[in-house]
Order: sequence, then C-alpha cells, then structure tokens
Amino acid sequence: MAETAAIELKNISKYFGGKAANKNVNLSINTGEILSILGENGSGKTTLMNMIAGIYFPDEGQIFIDGKAVVIRSPKDAFKYKIGMIHQHFKLVDVFSATENIILGIENKEKYDLKAAAEKVKEICERYGFDIDPMKKIHEMSVSEKQTVEIIKVLYRGADILILDEPTAVLTPQETQKLFNVLRKMRDDGKSIIIITHKLHEVLSLSDKVAVLRKGEYVGTINTAEADESILTEMMVGKKVSLNIDRSEPENCEERLVIKNLNCVDREGVKVLNDVSFTAYSGEILGIAGIAGSGQRELLEAIAGLQKVNEGEILYNNPKTGECDNLRDKTPMQIRDLGVRLSFVPEDRLGMGLVGNMDIIDNMMLRSYRKGHSMFLERKGPRDLAEKIIKDLEVVTPDAKTPVRRLSGGNIQKILVGREIAAAPTVLMAAYPVRGLDIGASYTIYNLLNKQKEKGVAVIFVGEDLDVLIELCDRIIVIGSGSITGTVDARTATKEEIGLLMTKSAAHGGEAE
Amino acid sequence: MLAFLVSSIRLGMAFLFGSTGETITEKSGHLNLGIPGVMCVGASCGCFAEYLYLSEAGPNANYFLAVFIPIIATMLGGAVMGLIFSFLTVTLRANQNVTGLVLTTFGVGVSDYMIAETGAVYSKGSRFFTSSFPFAEDLGWFGEIFLSHGILIYLAIIIALVSSFVLTKTRVGLNLRAVGENPATADAAGINVSRYRYAATCIGCAIAGLGGLSFIMDYLNGNWEYCIDAIGWLAIALVIFTVWKPSVAIIGSIIFGALYIASSYITGVSFASKEIFKMLPYVVTIIVLVFTSIRNKRENQPPQSLGLSYFREER
Repeated sequence: MAETAAIELKNISKYFGGKAANKNVNLSINTGEILSILGENGSGKTTLMNMIAGIYFPDEGQIFIDGKAVVIRSPKDAFKYKIGMIHQHFKLVDVFSATENIILGIENKEKYDLKAAAEKVKEICERYGFDIDPMKKIHEMSVSEKQTVEIIKVLYRGADILILDEPTAVLTPQETQKLFNVLRKMRDDGKSIIIITHKLHEVLSLSDKVAVLRKGEYVGTINTAEADESILTEMMVGKKVSLNIDRSEPENCEERLVIKNLNCVDREGVKVLNDVSFTAYSGEILGIAGIAGSGQRELLEAIAGLQKVNEGEILYNNPKTGECDNLRDKTPMQIRDLGVRLSFVPEDRLGMGLVGNMDIIDNMMLRSYRKGHSMFLERKGPRDLAEKIIKDLEVVTPDAKTPVRRLSGGNIQKILVGREIAAAPTVLMAAYPVRGLDIGASYTIYNLLNKQKEKGVAVIFVGEDLDVLIELCDRIIVIGSGSITGTVDARTATKEEIGLLMTKSAAHGGEAE
Repeated sequence: MLAFLVSSIRLGMAFLFGSTGETITEKSGHLNLGIPGVMCVGASCGCFAEYLYLSEAGPNANYFLAVFIPIIATMLGGAVMGLIFSFLTVTLRANQNVTGLVLTTFGVGVSDYMIAETGAVYSKGSRFFTSSFPFAEDLGWFGEIFLSHGILIYLAIIIALVSSFVLTKTRVGLNLRAVGENPATADAAGINVSRYRYAATCIGCAIAGLGGLSFIMDYLNGNWEYCIDAIGWLAIALVIFTVWKPSVAIIGSIIFGALYIASSYITGVSFASKEIFKMLPYVVTIIVLVFTSIRNKRENQPPQSLGLSYFREER
C-alpha cells in the first residue's frame, strides 16, 4: 500500500486477570474509510476500541497513527491524536443544553461564549447533515438526538478518527439510515470511521472493510465487496467445539409455561419485547440465544413479575393443582410461591439475588424469613441449607459465615443457583449462570441444570456461548431486538444457523437496504 | 413595620450566607449537612479573632482591621471545616450524610465552648459590624431599608450575585455543575472531579461561616447567648426553597427572616405559639418541595448526583 494508514494496530494484546480479552490483533484503517468490527459478545470488540480511545492500555503491541508509533494513556491523549469515541452509554449531563454538553471540559483561552459555540455546532450540523437544536436540553431529547450530540461533541473537538460502539443498538431503522448517511458524508470528508456492530446487514451496507474478532482473537479482515452473510457468520462463530455435556432425552413433557404475544417497554419507552410467544415444557431445557441486550433480561423479569407487561399473557400450568394461572396478575412473591424461580446472574453478579455484605446463611434466609413463626430469626434451617450447598456444590469458602462478596464469582453463582434449586422449583430460569466461571465450575452448573430437568422442572437457560447452548439445551429459541427470530432443535442445529438468526432482526430485517 | 423589615433583612442575610455556601457545595454533588456546625465554627473563629484584636488594640481599634480580621478568621475556620468534610468524603470515601452530621455536632460543641470561654459578649466588636453610612438617617425610609446596614449585609448580597453569575455564566460554573450532575461525564470530559469538589466545598463552607458571624455580630448585636445551629438548618432549607439559585435566595432569605421573627411583631401571641411561627420557614420549604416535585421540571431539581460519592471505576 502506498498511503500510510490513518491508524494501525500491530499485535495488540490485552489481558484481564490472566485471561486474554484481545490477542494479537492487527488492524489498519485508511483516511476516508469505514471499518466495521464484527464479533459476538465478549469477543473483545469494545476492549480493543477502548485501547485506541485511551481508556485501557494495551499489554502488548503497538499503535501507529499516520505511520508513527504512539502511546495513548488517557482519553486526553486520544484526543490529542484526533481520536474520538462515541460510547454505547452516553456521557451527557441531562439538564444541560446540547451546546453546554459539547463544550464541557474543553480547555482553551478564548472567552466562554455559548452563542459562538452554538454557531459552531450549527456549522458542523450543516456540514454533515445533522438535525439538532443546539439549545435543546438533553433530557428533552430522543435517544437518537442524544447520540447526535455525542457525535457532534467528538467532531467539535476536531476528531479525524471516530469510533462508534454499537451505535445502532438503540436506534429505529429510520434513524439508523439517517446515521449511516451522516457517516458516509463524514467518510467522504476524509474522516476514518470505526463502527462496532454485530448486525450483518449493517456491516454489508455501510462499511468498506470488516475486521472479525472471535473470543478475543483476531480472525481477519476482508473487504466488504468480497463478503456475504454466510462468510461473515462463519468467521464470527467459528468451527463447532465439542463439549461432552451429558444430555438426556426429555421425559414427561407437559406444557408448563405458555407465553403469548408478550410486549414490554422499558423505562425510556423503548420497546424491548415485541410479540414474544413460546412454550416451555417440563423436563426440558429451553435455551434462549441472542446478542446481549436483545430482551432476554426483560423476558425473564416479566415472567418473574419484575417487569411490567404491556400486552400479552404468561400462562402457568400448575402441576399440583392442575389449574392454569396467568402470572401477569400476580406479584413477584406469589409467582415465586408457585414454584417459578429466577436465578438471575446479572453482569455485576451481586446486583440481583444476593446481598454482598451478608454471609451465606443470611442470604439463604432472604428466601425463607417469611416462614418463621416466632418473632426471632430461626437460623438452623438456613444454616443447614447453606452447609448442604457448600458441600454439594463444592463452594470454596472459609465457612458459612463469610460475607458473600468475599467469594469468587463462580462460588457466588453456585450459591445463587443452589439456593433457587433448593426451593424445589417447577420452573427454573437461569441467565448467564456460567458467565466468568472456569470449566470445572461451569460443568457443575450444567449438571445441576440437567438434574433439575430430569426431575421434571422446566428449565429456561439464557446463555451466550453457542457451543454450550447446542450441547446443553433441548430446544433453542433465538431472540433478536426483542422479537423471536427462530426456534431450532438443539440436537440438529448448527452454530451458523443460530448465528444468522441472532443477527437478523425479524421486525425490520429487510428495511435497512 | 419599617423596623420589622429591617430586622428581616438583617436576619435574612445570615441565612443568605449559609444558603449561598451550601448551594455552591451542593452544585458539586456534596450534600453538606454540616452547615450548622460550619456556621458555629465560623462565628466562633470570627468572634475570637475580634476578641483578641480588640483586647490588643484597646481604644485605638481601627474600623478596617476590626472588620477585616474577623471576616478572614471566619472564612478560614469555615474553609477548614470544608476541608475536613472533603477529606472524609472524597479521599476517605466516607458517607456524606454521616460526615455532615458529625461536623454539625462538632461545631455546636466548639461554639458552646467559645461562649463559655470568652463570656459571650461581643457588643464591643459588634459596633464595627453594625455601623453604616452616616447619611442613611437623613434619607427617611429609603435610607432605613437600603443604607442603614452593616458591611456584612452588603457582602452577603454581593457574594450571592457573584456566585449566581459564576454558576450560570462561566466555564468554571459549567464544569462545577457538570461535576454535581454527572461526575462520570465530567471525568470523561477531562474535568478533575475531586479538585472541583474540594474547592467548591471549602469555598462554600467559608461563605457559610460568614452567616454565623453575621448572625452574632449584626443581628444579635454581639450578645451570643444560645446555640445558633437553627440558623444553619434554616440555611439548608433555604437552598431547597430557592431551588438551588443564589440570586433567588436574596429574596428568599428575607422572606425566611420575616417569617422567623413575625411572631415578635404581632401582638397577643403567647410564648408557646411563637414557636409555631418559627416553624413557618420549614412549612414553606415543604410546600415548595411539593410544588417542584409535582411540576417535575428538571431545572428545579437538585443536582442529580447530590449526596453520591464518585469513584472512577477501577479495572
């Protein structure tokens, strides 16, 4: 290549606690080019970009800008090299106007003049075709307007290399089109743009080159012109890995949970679940696959009674009484008492389910304290349960009185799952129960879930590793942007098949070019 | 009526110092419940400095020094309290509410000691603070209301106006408000959150301390007989009453002052019902809170991360 790349990464590696988040990544992007970074969740896309933006520092490798080796230690350094990143979560002050947010933190000698700044913002808007009122307050703005402010903020600071972290995740198809038009204009203006995404059709319609990451490793870069969906999917998910999880045939299947046309909106009024319908059978593990944030969490919370349901029904066939209840009308407490158990392992592990500063016994009591008959706490039952879980699940802890927060992630998860299983549920929902666990601990959890399945429990397993889903589950429903995009038989499905379903959004897959 | 208005202004300015200081502090995201203590300590430092200066200078006391020395001492005392608060909450990550209450108890203790130690009569020093323009008396009611006050009254209004300007019209103010609203965003924008919080809290406490001095030297004419922490709580209520705007606080503080002393100017009020009148400022504050909450306008809400400590996520 004759021209030097605007930015080039050579053999970049980054480790978190011995685990490689990025390994030997090589990338280059020229001026006036759009590069897509494609990969599943946890493949290290955001980590890689954060290294360019100065939030993390690479452990190995070298970054070159315009052919010169540079060291980027902080966001300020990145700004010095004219790199700007638009994060997935906006960093904006709600009560400030667009202009105030844009000039926030800029140090320069010139007079503090909001009017002049607003004029400059307008200029940038006109140049790239943004449509925004510089004096509008952030809290009055839609999500797409907020994103626009973030982009202008970066341009205002004179960035030539823009990094966008999943910019379309929060946008409607029309807004996405608008954003893409703006990005194309910026490219023609000589900016280099890196966009992180996992939507294949967007990659194909927008970018000039695609770099694919898989589990932290760099798979390769190809020109978009030579790529199609199946080539990219294969690069993204890789070859099948055999895990040898024991899987029995489902027995005595009865309809346990019937979800009909479920619709939910989140607090910002964005639709998170769109006409979701499926049935969970007893004695079966139902897998839910999907890109993180596609509505899995809301779906489980809706079943558990923690998320407001706007439309639809959640019918529960009670095996004890034979009656059919609509869980929508019940409180979380009633739903739990019916035997529907949620063992939710959120990103921060301790967020829901366990109280970090309390010991294992007390955490057991969180589920049983209402059963007491006297005014004093009855600690014997919970203590026995805690000790049983520690023994059965091989929890590594000094004793049952250690605060949960001092345990390692895997042990915390064992306690959480163990407690929910101890209540002899009829429906067990587990979201990311093996996230962050080592192989041994993961298998303990798989076996637990399998045992529950053999007992006739309807298990719903939300996972991210497709290999695990295919080997553990009986059926897999695939969810994309809040809609079910397909249901597959886990015994015959391939990773490519599921991967394609994950990246397709059923509602508006066809609209984006 | 005239006397009532003048007294309201004199009392109100003590509140104004406190609420301006607390507003600056809260804009940085620090909920400093130590303001009553800060005012006690500020007043103690100022009074003690005045006591020392006057016993040193004797009859040769110079007006400028007799006013200037206590003001500086008060602000230093307040700033030290702010420094303690910031050190505990920013550096040691202590809980802000707990820290503030501790400072209040501490400050009350300090002032009680001061009263006992120095005899509580600062009327000699008070002369300097209450003396005003000599021609005020010739101008009738106009002079009485606007020109008859001591230096601290005018200082309070100047500080409130300057604070209001800095907060809304300068880069420093913009950065400070960003720190209080969303410290993570401010941090990402390259603003030093800790430095802003330290500075705002210390400056705020220095100003709030002057409220204590103003109350003792101006409003009470130097007769310090009881604990003044009530003034501090009213100053905090005034911050809410004025929806975090120092310029509004100028009027708000006079209203508070008027409500607080109204009972003394209405004849036929029993001793017990006087105390009911003293509650009025708090009742008004509750009403304001009800209204701002119902209207739910984002501009009239407290800084979003008020009372929350900020630690940059370490990973």
